Amino acid sequence: MIPRFEFIPRTTPSTSALAMVPVLTILLTVVCSVALFTAMDKSPGIVLYSFFVEPFLNSYNLSEVLIKAAPLILIAQGLAIGFRAKVWNIGAEGQLMIGAICAALIPITWPDSTNMLMLPAMIVTGAVAGAAWASIAAILRTRFNASEIIVTLMLNQIALQILYYLINGPLKDPRGFSFPQSVPFPEVAMYPPLIPDSFLRANTSIYLVLLISVLVWVFAKRSFSGFRLLVGGLALNAAHYAGFSASRAIWISLLAGGMAAGLAGVGEISGPIGKLQPILSPGYGFAAIIVAFLGGLNPIGIVLAGFFMAVIYVGADGAVLSAGVPASAPVVFQGLILIFYLSSYTLVNFRIQRLPTMGKA
Amino acid sequence: MDTLVFVLAGAFATATPLLLAALGELVVEKSGVINLSIEGMMALAAVIAFMITYTSGSHILGFAGGALAAMALSVVFAGLVLIFSTNQVASGLAVGILGLGLSALLGRSFESYTLAAPGKLDLPLLGDIPVLGPILFQQDVIVYLTLIAGAGLIWFIGKSRGGLILRVIGEDPHIAHNLGFGVLRVRFLAILFGGFMAGLAGAYAATVLTPVWSQGMIVGRGWIALALVVFGTWRVLRVMIGAYLFGALLLADLAVQSLNIGIPSQIMTSMPYAMTIIVLAVVSRDALKIKLNAPVALGENYRPAH
Repeated sequence: MIPRFEFIPRTTPSTSALAMVPVLTILLTVVCSVALFTAMDKSPGIVLYSFFVEPFLNSYNLSEVLIKAAPLILIAQGLAIGFRAKVWNIGAEGQLMIGAICAALIPITWPDSTNMLMLPAMIVTGAVAGAAWASIAAILRTRFNASEIIVTLMLNQIALQILYYLINGPLKDPRGFSFPQSVPFPEVAMYPPLIPDSFLRANTSIYLVLLISVLVWVFAKRSFSGFRLLVGGLALNAAHYAGFSASRAIWISLLAGGMAAGLAGVGEISGPIGKLQPILSPGYGFAAIIVAFLGGLNPIGIVLAGFFMAVIYVGADGAVLSAGVPASAPVVFQGLILIFYLSSYTLVNFRIQRLPTMGKA
Repeated sequence: MDTLVFVLAGAFATATPLLLAALGELVVEKSGVINLSIEGMMALAAVIAFMITYTSGSHILGFAGGALAAMALSVVFAGLVLIFSTNQVASGLAVGILGLGLSALLGRSFESYTLAAPGKLDLPLLGDIPVLGPILFQQDVIVYLTLIAGAGLIWFIGKSRGGLILRVIGEDPHIAHNLGFGVLRVRFLAILFGGFMAGLAGAYAATVLTPVWSQGMIVGRGWIALALVVFGTWRVLRVMIGAYLFGALLLADLAVQSLNIGIPSQIMTSMPYAMTIIVLAVVSRDALKIKLNAPVALGENYRPAH
């Protein structure tokens, strides 16, 4: 007889289950990926080694982890504010692009500048532009009741077309050998390297990211508005009685997400890229959704989850070379992580009970 | 005139993947579940159908493989929301991302490969009618089957007992349960049907409409299909009309570029996405209308009481 199991709601959420969720998620994802790679005739040992060991083996790889962790953590912090309030901003990728494009106008206009204020100006411009792009979705949601999920997704496609248009037209570098890209940025437009005079690409934007993470933590845990966003997500009725407006939650969520994504866009063009080009992000805007969830929508958890996801990205770059794993492998990981996270999370609110097997159930 | 005939004739084919996926999602949403993974299911189905058609030479096998692959993903989604009671939005995103990842993973070695497109049906006599002939009677067989599927769904949802049960479950699963209907079973079947249709949509896009493999070839069409369900306010006929209008819009891109009137191609490529936003805002604006038409229990999980 096959034993049957059932989920029974817990009276209070289990904290021990909550602590187990990320562990279980990562374990299940690794097991599932090993099975997948074995099916694809790759040695699981080599794949695991290149994904989880190689990123830590030398200073170059560690620096690459920092480069990729910065935008992931930053965007996830912004998105998590919205996700806590059940506002689904799926458009971080587009907000990143618009932030980057607008900020890039400054160095493209003054490519020979030595004014040290250029980078701060770009940071402000990027954040404002990202938030402005996201506010389209906020207006349409609050005034026209239009789903922010669909609007932000469509805005991603439009942002990409705007980028293509600009780097093939008005912002194209005339000396760029017909490549669709802008002029290279001057030094004052770039984040200073983390370790000066080294070959490492890691830069000081990671400080900004960690600072913002602390600010978000304070916002979420210590302020009244953080509480209200939480209430809004959990129980709309309760939020309503607490004198809390849903449209304010939508505005705060989308502006915070757009701002963070815009900042991340500046981090890319003023960091590893140094110009506008067709590809500004390897899907950070989507990966950050997974980072936000894997971090338990908690500012500290997100920092850890961001580093974990960055390790996967760097590991994947290595695995392409050492094990012939396709470059798209991280996306598969991301899907698996979110699936296992969501199903493991059920154990926080439910316990598993074995049903008595009495003949036919 | 030729351009107009080209756009109108092509619109049916361009609309077909949108419509197939939207009809599937319509049934899912009628059962009270929102599945956001259409884009990912279409992408996975597209690559599987392309690979199978490429190696076997059979479009039928390709469609079958694509449909099965998308159904497999929809089973994962069903497991999450029906058994684990996970958030439907997050679960749809998760399964969608997995589908997109697997699609890129599997399609890597097929990049830029091409297939021979299957022939059009070209009905004798009818196809020779000027203007109307090429528009209405020179389409491939899937275009007609999709129309028939739409008509079938109008009957199923509006007139059949099964459709009534589906609607009751989408309106109030507790009442449906008390009436003795298996809420989770019906929702599972609806999700499976959504996967099947998204699979056909992906297979059609990759093996008939544009039979050249490129990663990310679905480019947001799964999301447009999702929006179409809202545009049609959960009515099959309106969803069908919406899909054909969007099909024409997607094609206008090519037509305008061929006319060479100096509009940047990026503006035309953006048009369907911009139109989706505008139409969505216009349709959703009347909150009451949406409330009256949307399944009441949409997005809410149901757990049988004990």
